[in-house]
Amino acid sequence: MGFFNFEPATLPPEAEALRPEVRAFLAEALKDKRPVDRAWNWMGHDQDFSRKVGAQGWLGMTWPTEYGGGGRTFFERYVVMEEMLAAGAPVQAHWVADRQSGPLLLRFGTEEQREFFLPQIISGEACFCIGMSEPDSGSDLAATRTKAEKVDGGWKVNGTKVWTSNAHAAHYMIGLFRTNSEDKHGGLSQFIVDMKSSGLTVSPIINLAGNHHFNQCVFEDVFVPDGRLVGSPGSGWNQVMAELSFERSGPERYLSCIQLILELLGVAAQSRDPAMVEEVGRLSAHALTLRRMSLSVAGKLQRGENPSLEASVVKDVGGVFEQSIPEIAARLVEEEPTLMGGDDFQQVLAFLTMEAPSFSLRGGTREILRGIIARGLGLR
Amino acid sequence: MSELRNILTDSVNGLFGDRVTRELLTRFDETGDDGGIWAEVEAQGLTRPLVSEENGGVGGEWRDAHVLLSAGGFHSAPVPLAETILASWLAEKAGLPVPEGMATVIDGSDGSLKVTGEGSSAKLSGAVARVPWGSKAETAVVVGVQDGGVVVGQVRLSDARGITASQNMAREPRDDVSFDGAPVRVAHLPNDLPQDVVLQYGAMVRAAQIAGAMEKVLSQTVQYANERTQFGRPLGKFQAIQQELSRMAGEAASSGVIAEAPFAALDAGQNPEWQIAAAKARTSEAAGVGATVGHQTHGAIGFTYEHSLHFATRRLWSWRSEFGGARFWARRLGNRAVDRGVDNFWADIVSG
Ligand SMILES: Cc1cc2nc3c(=O)[nH]c(=O)nc-3n(C[C@H](O)[C@H](O)[C@H](O)COP(=O)(O)OP(=O)(O)OC[C@H]3O[C@@H](n4cnc5c(N)ncnc54)[C@H](O)[C@@H]3O)c2cc1C
Repeated sequence: MGFFNFEPATLPPEAEALRPEVRAFLAEALKDKRPVDRAWNWMGHDQDFSRKVGAQGWLGMTWPTEYGGGGRTFFERYVVMEEMLAAGAPVQAHWVADRQSGPLLLRFGTEEQREFFLPQIISGEACFCIGMSEPDSGSDLAATRTKAEKVDGGWKVNGTKVWTSNAHAAHYMIGLFRTNSEDKHGGLSQFIVDMKSSGLTVSPIINLAGNHHFNQCVFEDVFVPDGRLVGSPGSGWNQVMAELSFERSGPERYLSCIQLILELLGVAAQSRDPAMVEEVGRLSAHALTLRRMSLSVAGKLQRGENPSLEASVVKDVGGVFEQSIPEIAARLVEEEPTLMGGDDFQQVLAFLTMEAPSFSLRGGTREILRGIIARGLGLR
Repeated sequence: MSELRNILTDSVNGLFGDRVTRELLTRFDETGDDGGIWAEVEAQGLTRPLVSEENGGVGGEWRDAHVLLSAGGFHSAPVPLAETILASWLAEKAGLPVPEGMATVIDGSDGSLKVTGEGSSAKLSGAVARVPWGSKAETAVVVGVQDGGVVVGQVRLSDARGITASQNMAREPRDDVSFDGAPVRVAHLPNDLPQDVVLQYGAMVRAAQIAGAMEKVLSQTVQYANERTQFGRPLGKFQAIQQELSRMAGEAASSGVIAEAPFAALDAGQNPEWQIAAAKARTSEAAGVGATVGHQTHGAIGFTYEHSLHFATRRLWSWRSEFGGARFWARRLGNRAVDRGVDNFWADIVSG
């Protein structure tokens, strides 16, 4: 019975023990943040904040102590992550590195790469971005064309990456490049690219809300030294699949709209409008469910199991959930969303209404996730 | 999983897997006859997972009951397993004798059932609609009102004044029962139980049954999609079908995860009220997706009586409305959230 394994997980006492500490830290660090600032959720970027988080010992928490990691459990890390997201902390400067780039290097990187990069991530100094998507390679990631050619002492990279979140602020990119044009999947390799490399031009792509979050990255004869190849040439595809399962596994996949739930609750508490009260309850039932599912995925990570199928389920169900929230709020509350002026509810509604389309695109689209789930069901 | 839970899982799935066939369910629909499986359910001790060994039970945990309830839901077992498990637990917990045979629970805590008199002369009066298995059960464990307080009582259904048969969509008995001075054994409501214990725990067991039935509809539908060929390919190869089945799988997985939550809370000694509310609200919403996608994928054959899909889908459609539907439980959660305020919302999600 059952296609998936969502084994129930309970947080151990040492994980729960962290919660008050994280809350106290956030209460102080975020005391000046308005609701609409918090609504940025994990898209909010603040390198200073990330350094402070690093100083608390909350980055690289599960990594081995020999690299400066915390040697702690995935459950402890989970508590820190969920508290940060729920509070709307600006975590983006460390999020990608802590979630996937660091674990990638731990698994596939060289000793030298680990010793050089991991401590910088752990201290909150190094910000990473992900260079996978290209103009002609979105969902079909294996269609990657950006080319890395072998040259003396390294690789010469030419091509274009797009939608690269945070490339303008990042110090490094984990780039997926083609090292062999004959072999679609087996011809891909991953590299660590220094964002200050000459020949690399990062230009902003402004999103529909007028915000600068993602970028275009053009590579013109960018030199990447041999020591920055991750794994061996041709192992990029398998590594990326492993990396994506980390990317999809966390609580950020259902909490993007938590600030709007809180605002809706505020309005409901004022008005006592029965439809609003009921909807807040419905959303809490969904949130409670998703949290248990997400916690169960953390349990899989803790046991060293591959979380990719269950993580895809959580991201799909979580994406539908978080994307529905601006729709629900707009239907129930007869207030116009406002970009300028207006109250907290109106501002948060405006912000998240315009963010919501991305929830089922970034990190793998809904259709692609459902394809993965269908494979898990034995349909493909 | 505990040893006991493994044994219970194997025996309940063995029994229902073998015996609850389409023929049996058809006969149940036509005549109300369970083909003798109730006797086997009892013989294997499946009705008393929560009753102590000294009273002839298994002495198990709530999660042991959970595996039985979801298996009952998965197999569409046409017996009052959930109701008898609850009635037996509540009776023992209140210090009343554990009922023999089929039993059910009745909520009269709103004053619809009243107890008068003391000790051996205590009498029960009042009327309650849509009592699950009321016409089949021998005993009812009721929650009623006496002198303004709430008590637990045990009554023989043969002592009812009237039982008017009624059914849900799955033809499970949901009968209107009235009492007029029926002899009743009375006990205090244990003080760790809420006055609406029947409503809450009833919702909890239905959520577990729904999660089981969701799993059934999902596996039947996946199997059908792999077998049925159109345009030279199995249906499951079509992307439109894959997308819908994945959506349904997400709803089934969500149901399974949240339905287990209140049982785990009880085993951890916690008050399960909010997990119950979340479980019933969430599974009741998922039930509609399960039934809709299941039927769409099966085409016309799934719309026939001949095909077995409807045994699970008619139960999903019925169970989602019983012991409070999605809106009822969402309102409870919403009222709590509003009362507790914005500052406590996240803390309450985290603590269950
Ligand atoms: C806010 C945001 C941040 C992002 N950040 C990054 C980043 O940091 N790094 C990075 O590399 N990428 C990033 N992306 C890109 C993201 O990974 C891609 O948008 C995504 O993989 C889809 O690619 P695409 O946009 O080219 O859409 P397409 O692949 O062209 O898809 C368009 C539509 O067609 C559907 N579709 C495509 N193929 C199929 C198929 N086989 N079957 C059914 N339907 C299909 C898709 O599901 C989608 O609905 C980001 C995107 C967003 C929106």
